[in-house]
Amino acid sequence: MLELKGVSKSFVSKGERHEVLRDINITVNDGEFVSIIGPSGSGKTTLFQLIGGLNELDSGEIWLDGNQISGERGHIAYMPQQASLLPWYSVKRNIALALQISGANKKEALQQAEQWLERVGLAAYGDAYPYKLSGGMSQRVSFLRALLSSQQLMLLDEPFGALDALTRLHMQQWLLSIWEHNRRSVLLVTHSIDEALMLSDRIIVLSSHPATVIQEIVVPFTRPRSDDLWSTSQFNELKQLIYAQLQDKGAG
Amino acid sequence: MDSKKRLWSSVWPPALMLLLIFIIWELIVRFELVYSWLIPSPIDVGKEMIKGWSRLMEHWLATMQLTLLGFVGGSLFGIALAMLLHFIPIARRAMYPVLILSQNIPVIVIAPILTMLLGFGMMPKVLLIVLVCFFPICIAMLGGLAQVDYSLNNYMSMIGSSKWQTFIHLELPSALSNLFSGLKIAASYSVLSAVVAEWLSPKVGLGGYMILSSRGYMPERVFAAVLLIVMTSLLLFWLVTLVETLCIRWRPRKEAS
Repeated sequence: MLELKGVSKSFVSKGERHEVLRDINITVNDGEFVSIIGPSGSGKTTLFQLIGGLNELDSGEIWLDGNQISGERGHIAYMPQQASLLPWYSVKRNIALALQISGANKKEALQQAEQWLERVGLAAYGDAYPYKLSGGMSQRVSFLRALLSSQQLMLLDEPFGALDALTRLHMQQWLLSIWEHNRRSVLLVTHSIDEALMLSDRIIVLSSHPATVIQEIVVPFTRPRSDDLWSTSQFNELKQLIYAQLQDKGAG
Repeated sequence: MDSKKRLWSSVWPPALMLLLIFIIWELIVRFELVYSWLIPSPIDVGKEMIKGWSRLMEHWLATMQLTLLGFVGGSLFGIALAMLLHFIPIARRAMYPVLILSQNIPVIVIAPILTMLLGFGMMPKVLLIVLVCFFPICIAMLGGLAQVDYSLNNYMSMIGSSKWQTFIHLELPSALSNLFSGLKIAASYSVLSAVVAEWLSPKVGLGGYMILSSRGYMPERVFAAVLLIVMTSLLLFWLVTLVETLCIRWRPRKEAS
């Protein structure tokens, strides 16, 4: 599905070169949920902008479904940290717009948006403007918008980072319940070890300044994931392992 | 009920103020602090308005037609120019300073030149209003287009939105309230410049009526025309505001404004 081969990137500011990403190799297989975790400032946002085609690579290649997509836009579905719903469109039209931009025609896009809002129990919000939604609700809409787009790869950029702990937990469970029935390839960036362990099949641990891949961890839990996963000893051992690695390499 | 109360409380203070001004004006004239052939009393102006209503309306319609033609033309031109400059950055960099510079020419002084070049017909008058109107609209819209929210813009780029799609779905709607500020300014300007344009060839229109009345020493008529012009200006402003509230409905309504 997605393959990053030796991706490097640095920026120049005030005459100084800052190396952000060094030789990053990541793959995401079909229908796989992969999380990237790393200390803040580890260049995760830059990585997403490279995959999204907003920035040029210094070296390396990005492949999607057997085509090289380095520097090309429009190949991914995206869920940003802020919900980024257009304030002038209703919830329904916001979802439909994402589908339209990914190539659907307007009428079908609206129908599909309505059907899905119905299916996940948000039909009542279809015609509401975004300012009426709570943070959690906006993120649900934002997730649906990415899920329904025709692109096969979803990039989730700290989607629950701005939510309170309780809402965050609800959102993770909600996301899992939908995703496990509608598998898509997902690349998630997060600060939260718990979140990465709860959701993903594989976790990639990054160091910072510059970001390199420290380790890949295959998450051994079966799906569907149970709600009390976080209380098992295996979960906590893995959590401590990742935490130790982040402490080790990230503190610099 | 509550909103009616609020509306009332925002209406009565300026209404009272206006009434007060009229009363003082009337008293000044009554007690002959100024000559009544210089400044007529508001009651006399009112009488004149009622007496000459059909003639006033004739002139008003002519002025209105001119104003609307110029305003719509200026708006279209302003919006089109803003779009052009927005899509072609090099044109923006070249044109923007020239645009600002051109505004140091008081457009009113171009009026005689336009008349000289294009004669006394409709054309030079409409052109004058267009020239006056397009600038605030163009600048306001350019400002709005440049103020697009960063994270929304980033989202649109990430999902591969084309330049045109980004314009229609993101940039244009976020520039709308700026655009309407420009339109409101231009609306008042357009009435003003229509009247000035009519001064140059006083045949029809409130401007012409004003000039001819003042030459004939009929101050009641001049004041009647001025009053009508002010009301027209307010009317146009209000119309633009109305269209704005119809267009922009995605925001929570402001409490009492």
